[in-house]
Amino acid sequence: MKSDIILSGVGGQGIVSIAATIAMTALDSNLNIKQSEVHGMSQRGGAVYSHLRISDTDISSDLIPMGKANIIISVEPMESLRYLPWLNKDGWLVTNSTPFINIPDYPDLKTLHSEIEKFPNHILINADEIARRVKSPRSSNIVMLGAATPFLEIPIKNFESAIKKIFGRKGEKIIELNIQALHAGREFSLKHQKEKV
Amino acid sequence: MEKLLLLGAEAIAQGAIDGGMSGIYAYPGTPSTEITEYVQNNKVALERNIHRNWSANEKTAVEAALGMSYSGKRAMACMKHVGLNVAADPFINAAITGVNGGLVITVADDPSMHSSQNEQDTRFYGKFAMIPMLEPSNQQEAYDMAYEAFEISEQFKIPVLIRITTRLSHSRSGVERKELKPENPLTYPEDPIQFVLLPSNARKRYKGLLSIQTSIEEAAEKSKYNKLYDGKDKSLGIIACGIAYNYLMENYPDEDCPYPILKIGQYPMPYYLLDRIVNDCKKILVLEDGYPFVEEQIKGYFDKSGKITGRLSGSIPRDGELNPDIVAKALGKEVKKYFDVPEIIKNRPPELCSGCAHRDIYTALNETMKEFGKQKVFSDIGCYTLGALPPWDAINSCVDMGASITMAKGAADAGVRPAVAVIGDSTFTHSGMTALLDCVYENTPVTIIIADNSTTAMTGGQASHATGRLEEICIGLGVKPQHVRVLTPLPKFHQEMVKVIREELLYDGVSVIIPRRECVQTATRSKKEQKVKEEEVAK
Repeated sequence: MKSDIILSGVGGQGIVSIAATIAMTALDSNLNIKQSEVHGMSQRGGAVYSHLRISDTDISSDLIPMGKANIIISVEPMESLRYLPWLNKDGWLVTNSTPFINIPDYPDLKTLHSEIEKFPNHILINADEIARRVKSPRSSNIVMLGAATPFLEIPIKNFESAIKKIFGRKGEKIIELNIQALHAGREFSLKHQKEKV
Repeated sequence: MEKLLLLGAEAIAQGAIDGGMSGIYAYPGTPSTEITEYVQNNKVALERNIHRNWSANEKTAVEAALGMSYSGKRAMACMKHVGLNVAADPFINAAITGVNGGLVITVADDPSMHSSQNEQDTRFYGKFAMIPMLEPSNQQEAYDMAYEAFEISEQFKIPVLIRITTRLSHSRSGVERKELKPENPLTYPEDPIQFVLLPSNARKRYKGLLSIQTSIEEAAEKSKYNKLYDGKDKSLGIIACGIAYNYLMENYPDEDCPYPILKIGQYPMPYYLLDRIVNDCKKILVLEDGYPFVEEQIKGYFDKSGKITGRLSGSIPRDGELNPDIVAKALGKEVKKYFDVPEIIKNRPPELCSGCAHRDIYTALNETMKEFGKQKVFSDIGCYTLGALPPWDAINSCVDMGASITMAKGAADAGVRPAVAVIGDSTFTHSGMTALLDCVYENTPVTIIIADNSTTAMTGGQASHATGRLEEICIGLGVKPQHVRVLTPLPKFHQEMVKVIREELLYDGVSVIIPRRECVQTATRSKKEQKVKEEEVAK
């Protein structure tokens, strides 16, 4: 079992929590993990990414080689396309459709979405709206994680228990909301997968 | 023992705690900051009361660590690569004094300058100081090296250097802990003048340092971190240092590399292992993250044969960090790219946070400077460095910590009027105070703006030594009290700020302006923590 995952977004959008949750599921399953992230200057409103590698054998490089990632999980649409060179030819592109516009020359959103929709294996999901719908507006990153779960070879209940562990300190209510966000994202992906077939 | 999921930096911290460390001394600096933060949040460190407060700068950090070593206890000093430039004086001389309790200096390099002014390679400093050096290739090695380094230091009675790079420091993986060791007791050096570097004693101690070079080379030769793996195909021999070994192995996932490999994790360079691989193979490829440190030394000044290849020969790029694809190409392997980045993707450079006080400071400064001309604002390292970018384009220099004030002074000496410096509060106590003293000493006409957000912001909001004492320090150093002006940087005070800055720019002496407002990141975080605390109390 091997999974090479690229997480992307803008500094402050919570990709670290997504990475931590996936890493926790891998840890619980006794899999090997390497998870690389950016700190410091890169986070001041800039593009951020994390490489997360999970395997049942030893992992060498902390960085995913070009053309080898199984999936890009992005909380921001423009950022999802920045790391395309790392995506495997059959890899999945799973991204939020809600833009984070903090630059004057942000591309036209329709064009951006159509670039994403060019991919046969894509999920374009309005995670922000879904998060609001399940009454957890700050969990759009967990919605994205849920949307990615059908493509990660890890049982959904492992993600649920990882969320319980990671958000445990914040209380039952927060855990429940995040689990709902997780499932809402997952259902969207499963529905859209079926529609393609 | 259970496996922890740790960053490379955290692995070093855990290894040092388990290795019996009594104190960690550091100044924040990417990618080393997390080492000290881990110790600050660690249960055992709390129980043992391991010293873990931040130091004013890297020099004071190394000196304090040396003082703890003098007293018989194990200490570590941590910094980023350029921080070692600041600490170079005690660092080089600690090799001459030698240690009492084990002393470990951990330096985190930043190839590709993700968050730095350069990508200098700390291994040169290890060679310069003539001390043992350890370079981990993964998180477990990082733990093991930190765990063992204090004993190595006590064995040879000199400091030990651990060198790590960004991609290992900021990457998490599973680490197995070893048994927690006790701390050393307080003991004085056997030789009461061991640490006195008067020339007569220093010469003696230097000869002592020279005399143990053979034994530290032998230790590297026998080290479990240096390993020669045989290979049938001797047309190429590969030397892989530290993290480069991972990138090499990534390209041979079935452990089927046909070439001999020498993995290097401990220095001085292992002569006999190097001799074997260089003589056995037709060509050598040196893979190292940083400068061509090993490549240059084994190549030889006059060798034009092209046998030794690496960064100098162009087999891998001269600058920038390594990654598995660069290594693949150097090995003649194909790197498959299925998709390109679409042209519509734009750069998203870092910027000052929304609501940051620096925005209001630069807006006011820019308006004021319209009257006085361009290219007269000197700055240095911190979040405020982002003022160099649009839309502010407000500063004209950033060289090293504290240089804002001293460069403004030099420019003023040359006749630049007005000469302005923008510095942060933490950078000011790091190395701006001596610069200010130089200005006061000559009453140089400079206007120094200390942007006080009461934190060390860029590295994540660590405590700043300046908080609550800036005005006192400036007046204590000799700035006239009427020319120490405190402002609140907010849009509604823009006109007031412009007025005050203008007054001080026109003053023909040393002015210090302190616009003070808490960093929005630390303010938000402390509000959140306060809320969590209140909810817990309410329960």
